[in-house]
Amino acid sequence: MVGALVRRFGSLDLAEDAAADAFAIAVERWPREGVPTTPGAWLTTTASRRAIDVLRRESSREGRHREAVMLRDDGEHVPVGIVDDDRLRLFFVCCHPILGRDARVALTLRIIGGLTVAEIARAFLVPEATIGRRITRAKAKIAATGVPWRVPEREELAQRSTAVLDAVFLIFTEGHQVTRAADKDDPIRSPLMAEVIRLGRLLHTLLPDDGEVTGLLALMLLTAARTPARTASPGLRMIDEQDRTRWDHSMAGEGLALMRARIDSGETPGKYQLLAAVNAVHVTAPTAVETDWTQVLALYDQLVIVAPSPVAELNRAVAVAEVHGPQAGLDAVLPLRSVLERYDALHAVQAGLLQRLGNDRAARAAWDRAISLTDNAAVAAAFARRRDELPDR
Amino acid sequence: MQYLVNVLDGSPAIGGQTFGRATDAEMAAIDAFNDRLRADGHWVFAAGLASPEHATVVDNRDGAGLITDGPYIETREFVAGVWIWDAPDVDVALRLAADASKACNRRLEIRPVL
Repeated sequence: MVGALVRRFGSLDLAEDAAADAFAIAVERWPREGVPTTPGAWLTTTASRRAIDVLRRESSREGRHREAVMLRDDGEHVPVGIVDDDRLRLFFVCCHPILGRDARVALTLRIIGGLTVAEIARAFLVPEATIGRRITRAKAKIAATGVPWRVPEREELAQRSTAVLDAVFLIFTEGHQVTRAADKDDPIRSPLMAEVIRLGRLLHTLLPDDGEVTGLLALMLLTAARTPARTASPGLRMIDEQDRTRWDHSMAGEGLALMRARIDSGETPGKYQLLAAVNAVHVTAPTAVETDWTQVLALYDQLVIVAPSPVAELNRAVAVAEVHGPQAGLDAVLPLRSVLERYDALHAVQAGLLQRLGNDRAARAAWDRAISLTDNAAVAAAFARRRDELPDR
Repeated sequence: MQYLVNVLDGSPAIGGQTFGRATDAEMAAIDAFNDRLRADGHWVFAAGLASPEHATVVDNRDGAGLITDGPYIETREFVAGVWIWDAPDVDVALRLAADASKACNRRLEIRPVL
């Protein structure tokens, strides 16, 4: 709905405010007067009216001609550009190159993903105030700079899509494992994952030859395919604890087919293709112990060169531990300890490795630290389950 | 919308010395680019600027009529020239800027005119 409103009114702030107003009116009226037969259309109409009211009040500031055009435009919209999808168009605005990379991702998560500033702050491991400022500045710059409400021309589309891919992946990650989940039986946002996969498919339709677009779609499919086996009571099942017969094998098959097509292309893989390939190794292993960790390590070795990051290094350390033993894994984690000090997964990885080395005391402390750092109750429960496997003190 | 384009100079050049005056080849490329700006209706204004050492700062905010020698801010980089373009949106301005940066062989800063 926000996408449709931005297209019509040309302002993110106005569209967001109008949508919020419409929801507020619905909350007040629907219980009293009943839910309209077409709630979506009712919300859009109400939001449009609110936006028009605001524009009328502010018409001294706005060009009267432009306003008149928008007020008249009640008809069906005519598709413009090559992407006829408001939400995707919104992606390209939120991920416009005039914005810094961090601002793009934050804005996309806020506007399209619907995450709160607090949730975004958690996803980036930075203070809330920073994210708030980032979003405010980004919206102001979009408004002041004249960012068009239009999809990039085809020759620019590939370049602009990289920024979109990063934002899509972060949102997918949030759906795959909710940052802040108070209910330990509801750790996954399936509708958000489904929506992001839909956008991934749309991008893939538009850019069928872009390896990274294909890679990201494959990565999302191969990850989402495991969702049915991830939930456990209490908490989440880690990949080595999952009942592999419960995976969505048709979804996994689609992801694997996409990856095979990429390998056949012979092009050097980028970050998303490498991550998809890691997941393809996991998905094709009949059991957890049969995972080809040498292959996984080789892929992470490439990833830390193509797209270096502390989190990529941490995942590589996990593979190092599987290939060369837990002590080698711990040694690989060591240089990451200060930069990822507040990242729950760092402590969980350390805990698992210490546990395998028989250092139960240190393992218990690391599990406690991991539990204290996660805001997802299901993840905390999964960590606690592993901690409680340790012999009593 | 109108966009002010500041041509930045004074930073280490890519592929040769571009500090200071534009070379003949650069001037020819800028002229060709300006012809295109006019033909496509983007042209508003263009000017090269004298170097910052020829700048003078005037401050008469309190009526003291203060006149000082030199640029208002000391940086290695400085604005060597300006354009003002008329463009429907920033995407068009960015495309023009990509060509302009190549033509004048310098970095550009784009700012919307209010």
